[in-house]
Amino acid sequence: MEKEQHPHIVRYRTYVYVLIALLFMTLTSVAVTHIYLGPYTVATALLLATLKSTLVLLIFMHLKFDKKFYSYMVAGVFLLLTSVIIITFLDYLYR
Amino acid sequence: MSETVLQHNQVSYLEYQGRFKGLFAWIFSTDHKRIGLLYLYSMLVLFSVAATLGLLMKIELIAPGKTIMDAQTYNSFFTLHGITMIFLIVVPGLPAVFGNFFLPIMIGAKDVAFPKLNLLSWWIYILGALVVLSSQFIGDGPPDTGWTFYAPYSFRTGTNMLPAVTGAFILGFSSIATGLNFIVTIHRMRAPGMAWMKMPLFPWALYGTAWIQVLATPIVGVTLLMIVLERTLQIGFFDPALGGDPILYQHLFWIYSHPAVYIMILPAMGVISEIIPTFARKTIFGYKAIVVSTLAIAFVGYFVWGHHMFTSGMSGTALYTFSILTFLVAIPSAIKIFNWVATLHKASIDIQTPFLWALCFLFVFMIGGLSGMVLGALSANVHLHDTAFVVAHFHFIVFGGTGFAFFGALHYWYPKMFGRMYDKGWANIGLAIFFTGFNTLYLPMFYLGMIGMPRRYYDYVEEFHGPNIVSSFGAMLMIAGLIIIITNLIRSARKGEIAEADPWKGKTLEWSIASPPTLENFDEIPVVTKQPYDYE
Amino acid sequence: MTMNDHVHIDEHRDDEGAKTGMWIFIFTELLLFGGLFIVYSVYRYLNPLAFHLAAHELSTFTGTINTVILLVSSMTIAMSISAIQYKNKKLTLILMGVTLFLAFLFLVNKYFEWSGKISHGIYPGSTILQEASRGEILFFGLYYTMTGLHALHIIIGMAFIGYVMRLVAKDKIQHDNFIILENSGLYWHLVDLIWIFLFPLFYLIT
Repeated sequence: MEKEQHPHIVRYRTYVYVLIALLFMTLTSVAVTHIYLGPYTVATALLLATLKSTLVLLIFMHLKFDKKFYSYMVAGVFLLLTSVIIITFLDYLYR
Repeated sequence: MSETVLQHNQVSYLEYQGRFKGLFAWIFSTDHKRIGLLYLYSMLVLFSVAATLGLLMKIELIAPGKTIMDAQTYNSFFTLHGITMIFLIVVPGLPAVFGNFFLPIMIGAKDVAFPKLNLLSWWIYILGALVVLSSQFIGDGPPDTGWTFYAPYSFRTGTNMLPAVTGAFILGFSSIATGLNFIVTIHRMRAPGMAWMKMPLFPWALYGTAWIQVLATPIVGVTLLMIVLERTLQIGFFDPALGGDPILYQHLFWIYSHPAVYIMILPAMGVISEIIPTFARKTIFGYKAIVVSTLAIAFVGYFVWGHHMFTSGMSGTALYTFSILTFLVAIPSAIKIFNWVATLHKASIDIQTPFLWALCFLFVFMIGGLSGMVLGALSANVHLHDTAFVVAHFHFIVFGGTGFAFFGALHYWYPKMFGRMYDKGWANIGLAIFFTGFNTLYLPMFYLGMIGMPRRYYDYVEEFHGPNIVSSFGAMLMIAGLIIIITNLIRSARKGEIAEADPWKGKTLEWSIASPPTLENFDEIPVVTKQPYDYE
Repeated sequence: MTMNDHVHIDEHRDDEGAKTGMWIFIFTELLLFGGLFIVYSVYRYLNPLAFHLAAHELSTFTGTINTVILLVSSMTIAMSISAIQYKNKKLTLILMGVTLFLAFLFLVNKYFEWSGKISHGIYPGSTILQEASRGEILFFGLYYTMTGLHALHIIIGMAFIGYVMRLVAKDKIQHDNFIILENSGLYWHLVDLIWIFLFPLFYLIT
């Protein structure tokens, strides 16, 4: 990652590390289900899913190495979807 | 343009001979200009169908009781009228016709970023149109839900819903393809020197529109898919008997369909922002404010969908939020109106047909917008919901806004597109009749709504008779105006006098090239140094 | 088509533009599933207990295996892009082949999972489900719709990767011209991304 090359080549090793991290988080989220019960289970599972997807987006999908413009767009789309869900819940939470 | 050796690039795009001949030279052409015209012709046909349905509905309403059709026919007429007008004409309208034709030219490019995808989007459009129309002829009778396909009726009705819903789903892909193409085109293909803030306002409007097309259409896509699954597999999402919530359908439907209103109106505003400076011979007032308000409308417009559902039984919190957001979205629209009017201030105005269309647009759009504010207020909405007032309001916006801008754009760019000028006298007469008819048709409906006439009924009580007669008469007048306008345009495409390259003294790039443009638009890609409306 | 016989379309290739286009397409896919996620979250909120119970019917083990399969396949397709940049055609093809194989494995798993459910009489409109609580009907409705739509995307992704593999084999894609490969990779990661959220929402809420 440190080499300034154009276009960027990601080393195989980086991908392996990312995969290990992803698998680790997957197993953690499964394990957590067996330990806790209650609202935190969902929160943990979603938090881990978010972390996993961030890793996929940054490394596998090259957002880290591409122009910043792509990252902004992706962030914008996720923000939009979150806002839509929140506004929809203004109805269901207070009905 | 330099008259050098007659190469392929010296022939106009209309005469260019490619690999195919005749009709195939059009329906297999990846030239953005030909695709724009393909859309124009397809829409003209569909528009005549849908407008005829509208006229027949108004004739039915000329007197109480059954006049020319029964209730079920009326239901299927307003459904097909709505689906065709919304999904096939107004939503794709300005971007697909004028966006395709002029976006590349106005930013100094030879074509869009993905020409083949562009052609594909037209084919998908035709496929979607055929599927939608097939719902009229196969199965158990034409759909009768209205264009909104509200659950649970849309999967309970015995009529032929599947093709209508599937067709609308297919059309979504066409819309997405166009939006995607335009975003990439604007990002990647602007001519050297054309910074973002030197881009004309129509491309800016298309940019905002394209993002909504891309980000909102998938939601309606999946919603329509759920209706299909609901009908075929009883998935239960919107069926109260199976635990589903029909109001959730309304949420999902309007999460798309409200932004869709901005898909319709933003490019219309873009067209007006082009016409006004050209005929005012003056740079547009507050260029940056218009750009920012375009993006603001696109953004805020995504979060106001709930104002279609004020009487659905949503929570109070949601009602207040949606109402406030609705009022907020009026601000950027008003900014634009002020900018256009300020542009006209102390201008040496050249009054021509396109300019008259723009003026009429301002008039009807103001009425439409302000009546929208009435509907955005919660208390008034409870009274006016599902009445003729709503019908009047959205026709003032969708037909008055987008429709007027569409015809304005057609009269503005006609000489560039066809290389000939229409008969200005007839064009103005047509406009005058059309404008009178339009207001005679829709203004009484505001009144009818206020005194309580519900929408979507083929019948009404005697008290509503008077205004309905006026309104139906207006419809006939308006159709007469339309016939004059369209006949004049069709006739002039062959017989009109030859137009110059820049008949209106416009300053944007499309006026710097030949009329009609050559195959590749520009002999050499221009280098842009000035602001788009540089009349100083 | 009429314009292809000359100029500008092939004249300057625009890889960056192709990538922007692919990303925008991915956004539309995300929002397509986004609509379903809205439905899911609303019904989960309205029927927490029923969703909890219904999720017991799903095997966490199968779900986990499929997650691992997809994550590994995501890595192999990402690696194939590095491989083509290192001019290693053979490795590129192997990595893509592994991706396709894993995708197929995922579908086989899914097939057995679905047919298991269906043989137990759990499918939309089935008599068993008609008698279940409303929350459970919705849960399985969502389960079949979302995993079904996801599986459809797996199939599309496989077709896309298969097509690109042919191009690599025919040397149409090389170390300096691999944007289609990159785009097919992006699509495949999207499929992975959606599964990353589907997995905890359906299999881990017991």
